[in-house]
Amino acid sequence: MQSLHLTAGEEGMLGGRDGDGVALAMRVIVGQARISDAPRLVEITSAHVDSCLYHGQVSLDFAHRLVDLGAKVRVPTTLNVGSTDLLHPELVRDRDLASAGRELMAAYVALGCTPTFTCAPYQLPNRPGLGEHVAWAESNAIVFANSVLGARTDRYGDFLDVCAAITGRAPYAGLQTTEARRGTVVFDCRPLGRFLQSDLAYPLLGHHVGSVVGAGIPVLVGIPADVSEDELKAFGAAAASAGRVALFHAVGVTPEAPAQVDDLPVHEVDLATLREVRRTLSTFSSGELDAVSVGTPHASYAECARLADLVGTGPMLKVPFYLSTGRATRARAVETGVLQALEAAGVTVVVDTCTYVTSIVARAGRVLLDEIA
Amino acid sequence: MIVPARILHHGTASGDLIRLTAPLSFWGGTDDHGRIVDAHHPQCGAVLTGKVLIMESIRGSSSSSSVLAEQIRTRTAPAAIVLARPDPIIPLGALVAHELYGLATPVVVLTQPAYDALPADGMIQVDAGATHATVTWSD
Repeated sequence: MQSLHLTAGEEGMLGGRDGDGVALAMRVIVGQARISDAPRLVEITSAHVDSCLYHGQVSLDFAHRLVDLGAKVRVPTTLNVGSTDLLHPELVRDRDLASAGRELMAAYVALGCTPTFTCAPYQLPNRPGLGEHVAWAESNAIVFANSVLGARTDRYGDFLDVCAAITGRAPYAGLQTTEARRGTVVFDCRPLGRFLQSDLAYPLLGHHVGSVVGAGIPVLVGIPADVSEDELKAFGAAAASAGRVALFHAVGVTPEAPAQVDDLPVHEVDLATLREVRRTLSTFSSGELDAVSVGTPHASYAECARLADLVGTGPMLKVPFYLSTGRATRARAVETGVLQALEAAGVTVVVDTCTYVTSIVARAGRVLLDEIA
Repeated sequence: MIVPARILHHGTASGDLIRLTAPLSFWGGTDDHGRIVDAHHPQCGAVLTGKVLIMESIRGSSSSSSVLAEQIRTRTAPAAIVLARPDPIIPLGALVAHELYGLATPVVVLTQPAYDALPADGMIQVDAGATHATVTWSD
């Protein structure tokens, strides 16, 4: 077991120099650092907190304890989705959950977090750059930050994320370290050819790669250089959900992708493989859909605009259609008229939460068409 | 038999052991009553409350920290947890429950040989202090 070295400043935080709230947060960070065999802590430049999603009374008790002890975040901190839509509370079916969820979201804002309430903080301004150490929670945000932005975050989750924001520190372990960020297995996607121009390719590819590598670090070969961030978002979210992928590299696309991959094992991916993935993910093969849900992870502005074009020119929607997005993206869509076009076509736009974590889908929503889940 | 253990969270507890043959995710895998509800888990239906939970490693979501802390709060959690591989998620839930409610749930890691030597059933005791920890059972 390696011994953990703390700086004088970190010892001071642990000893209560900056108040009891900071000391509590530092006990959590130090405890986790010891378990991870970290030799030291690392200073972070931003945090993304997922603890604002309600998992029971303990969620509220922890946030309120930090507030009562006077804790404040010391780095810019965004918030993940909560358990309710604060702008459209009437959409949420479970009133008790909505009420507890609202209280929890307010507590995290009181700690100094920015009320972004999105699982796609990488769609906001001021995102971290190559080599920056951050503490991000939420598996799709983690994989995007590590892979597409080249920032460094390990897999953080409940309690730890906000403690990192309050102390400005994270354990120097896992994907914070250079040696843990090397690719472990190659996926040669070149046999997919023109199918890689289709946005359907990326969630299917992500699901396949995640299922094969588990917690490994895949290196993709053959991804077109003009692949969009939305496609990489879809790939990463599916890979994180099907496996535990927290970092991938795409040669010629992502900033830390290796130039040489000769020494790694190689899997070829062809159309037959993805066809099979699509078959296993479709639990419903015939009959009528009850609802359609898109925006998990939250839809970007470009995706909202594209959907507005599609539904604005097509026939009337016959089933409930939900789009989840961040409140910042919604505000931009209001300015440009995209939101009005979506709503005129019958799309229900959900913010602050998403249809995946909160019961929003109307009563008959049994057969659901969802882009990733 | 008494074997040394690595401390992930301090505390002292004893109880009937329950050994899981596959990794478990507390989030989605257990309910409010401490019961395993993951239909794909070999021990689905087993109740963990008050037991010494033996499993090689945990699976899945970081939200398991919250779920374990909530079970400790409502007294539906295992009395102690013994693993074969260190894991940050489970002791984080134990640490938060101790900070908030003063309830200390021991979490320890055994070496693989010591883990393999654990009995199939019966009473087992976990003592995890500030500097060293042991797991004890009668042969």
